[in-house]
Amino acid sequence: MRGGLVLLAALAALAGLGAAVPPPGVDLARVLSDAPAPRLSDYRLFVDAGADRPNARVVPYDLATPLFTDHAEKHRFVFTPPGETIGYAPSGVLDFPVGSVLVKTFAYPADLRRPGREARKVETRLLIHRPGGWSAATYVWNAEGTEAVLKRAGARLPVRFTDRAGRQVDLDYAVPNQNQCKTCHQVDGAVSPIGPKARNLNREVALAAGGRANQLEHWRRTGLLAGAPEPAARPRLAAWDDPREPLEARARAYLDVNCAHCHSPSGSASNSGLFLAAEQASPAALGVGKPPVAAGRGAGDLAVGVDPGHPERSILAFRMASGEPGVMMPELGRALVHEEGVALIRDWIRAMPAPATPGG
Amino acid sequence: MTSLAVRLAAAALLAAGATGPAAAAVLSVGPGPDAQERLQTALLDAKPGDTVQIAAGRYDLTDGLSLDVDGVTLAGAGPGATILSFKGQKGAGEGLLITSDRVTVKDLAVEDTRGDGVKSKGADDIRYLNLRVEWTGGPKETNGAYGVYPVASERVLIDGVVVKGASDAGIYVGQSKHIVVRNSRAEFNVAGIEIENSMFADVHDNVATRNAGGILVFDLPNLPQMGGHSTRVFRNRVVDNDTPNFAPKGNIVAGVPTGTGVMVMANRNVHVFENEISGNQSAGVMLVSYTQAFNDPTYNPLPRDIVVRANRIGRNGWDPKFPGGPEIAKALGGPLPPVVWDGVRAAGGRPAEVRVNLADGPVLNLNLPGPGRVDAAAPTVSANVSDAAIAEPPAVSLAVAGK
Repeated sequence: MRGGLVLLAALAALAGLGAAVPPPGVDLARVLSDAPAPRLSDYRLFVDAGADRPNARVVPYDLATPLFTDHAEKHRFVFTPPGETIGYAPSGVLDFPVGSVLVKTFAYPADLRRPGREARKVETRLLIHRPGGWSAATYVWNAEGTEAVLKRAGARLPVRFTDRAGRQVDLDYAVPNQNQCKTCHQVDGAVSPIGPKARNLNREVALAAGGRANQLEHWRRTGLLAGAPEPAARPRLAAWDDPREPLEARARAYLDVNCAHCHSPSGSASNSGLFLAAEQASPAALGVGKPPVAAGRGAGDLAVGVDPGHPERSILAFRMASGEPGVMMPELGRALVHEEGVALIRDWIRAMPAPATPGG
Repeated sequence: MTSLAVRLAAAALLAAGATGPAAAAVLSVGPGPDAQERLQTALLDAKPGDTVQIAAGRYDLTDGLSLDVDGVTLAGAGPGATILSFKGQKGAGEGLLITSDRVTVKDLAVEDTRGDGVKSKGADDIRYLNLRVEWTGGPKETNGAYGVYPVASERVLIDGVVVKGASDAGIYVGQSKHIVVRNSRAEFNVAGIEIENSMFADVHDNVATRNAGGILVFDLPNLPQMGGHSTRVFRNRVVDNDTPNFAPKGNIVAGVPTGTGVMVMANRNVHVFENEISGNQSAGVMLVSYTQAFNDPTYNPLPRDIVVRANRIGRNGWDPKFPGGPEIAKALGGPLPPVVWDGVRAAGGRPAEVRVNLADGPVLNLNLPGPGRVDAAAPTVSANVSDAAIAEPPAVSLAVAGK
């Protein structure tokens, strides 16, 4: 009896020290549940309502070359369940254990020239690795940035920001519907992550605790990543906007990240025969001398995907430079033209030597 | 505290779920505010066997719809009653995208999509029934490419579909196998009906009229599925295809001469019979090679094993719109013969495998030495060309093998 009282007292004392008790971790049962939670906060991936402070085992990460999404700032995190590690994979996406969650919050600063300032969050997308495979869900933020709720059928959100040239941009931001998530995030019909490949994570980043380190090496040292070879043996994707990198590497990195999730033999655009992954070696598959197949007016009166030396005659650059549905590529995920990306691809095509034989 | 009744009900639901699929449900959607979200939510919530029933009315949609659940029927109240209008579309490459198997879409209209109308990809056993897909402003280069667009699928049925105004093909089936297109109507498109890089297709009892080209059977290089073969085009009315070709230039159909009835390009074992073919100013039936450069050694650019027989052929070929056509017509002193063949028998080291059986003569044989070599044409006209008897493919079956 007396022992019980002591125990109760001890528990009460602990409760009194609440501030020192770590907050509960990520709700793994929620993560593994078949249905997505109604609110982002239900997963406890973050310890604050604004999803700025990640919970334990939720680690920020960054990519060398990201997907362009109408200039949105992206904040990426990965959660792995306690006791689990991420398996290294030399090509393709890393081997994330069941229970992992990839988190990406899309936000707009008031002025792109002042990143992170006065930022308004629009949505947070999750890719959840359940026992039956990956599934996608997105959560749309309220105007105050205090709560994000599940949105399965897509939405349009008005967004206003000042671009790098000082122009005001009014954007009808598109939140994808659940199927549209899969349109891009698929390999052979199953949902799959796109970004976190070894080659795209292999870059120097600022650490939360201060200092800088190679991201993959940091993950290996902290026990998050297992099976990685020596640093020199890890593939590396160029940063598309780093002028110190060769033009070819930057352009191929850009196409790999912005196009190849669909334009691959196992992606949504497999029937196009246009394959734009970093590994692709066939000029014809990259569009050189390749006539359009089902492009319709997307071909823009041009004869081939890529005409070496002539970006103005290349459908690839034409469709990237369009903001018109039915013409523009990618057809999901953007409404604005990524002018810097278009310039890069035009430079790449302009510098391309003419093929020895027609059709590449 | 949960009542005993609620817990029992939950247990019963669980048990039902464990023993078999729930009974098919009907998810009804009506017109009104938030139609985009309500319709898309129904397409996400549907379970295999369910029907998403769209009530009569007009639905103004701003984004593409998509369905990724097997075995769902999407049904309207008729192609004149349930109208999905994409006039205000802001995103996505098509109006409706289907990526699951055993889907039926029927009894509705899709209008004014910015890209394609209805696309299905990797969607086996798809059925398009009693639909209308239309660009309501008439034929324009700025219209979307394809009206109905099944691709990379097995067992495709298109029945009772009307498509108007597509800037490429009204009814297009690509890189698929086991295809039936019937009882459908294509008008004011660049191409009426096009079967491309596909095997085993029956195209019959359709009307293709007032397009630039009526019915096309094509094969193109550098695609995951090539070597199209075994297509029967029969009992169609391919008449008065007279809309000037309005395709954007780079597209393959931009090369279809205005006023072409049936065109076969780079395909094998194609049988064209018992059609009514008239009122096509360039040619009734054209058999041509793929003329552009390609670097795929497995691709065959020639039409071969082609049969044209027992068609009812009216007036065609009086004002041919293909290179060299007017000169040949002038030399012949009258309209072109109803069947025009480029006569290419060898390309890229592929001699002696081209056989044709063209009974509906006279036949104009351009005798080109190679694909596209119109500069070296040596035209001859004969009553017919009969290389060999060429066996007709059996009727297409849409039954799943083993069932």
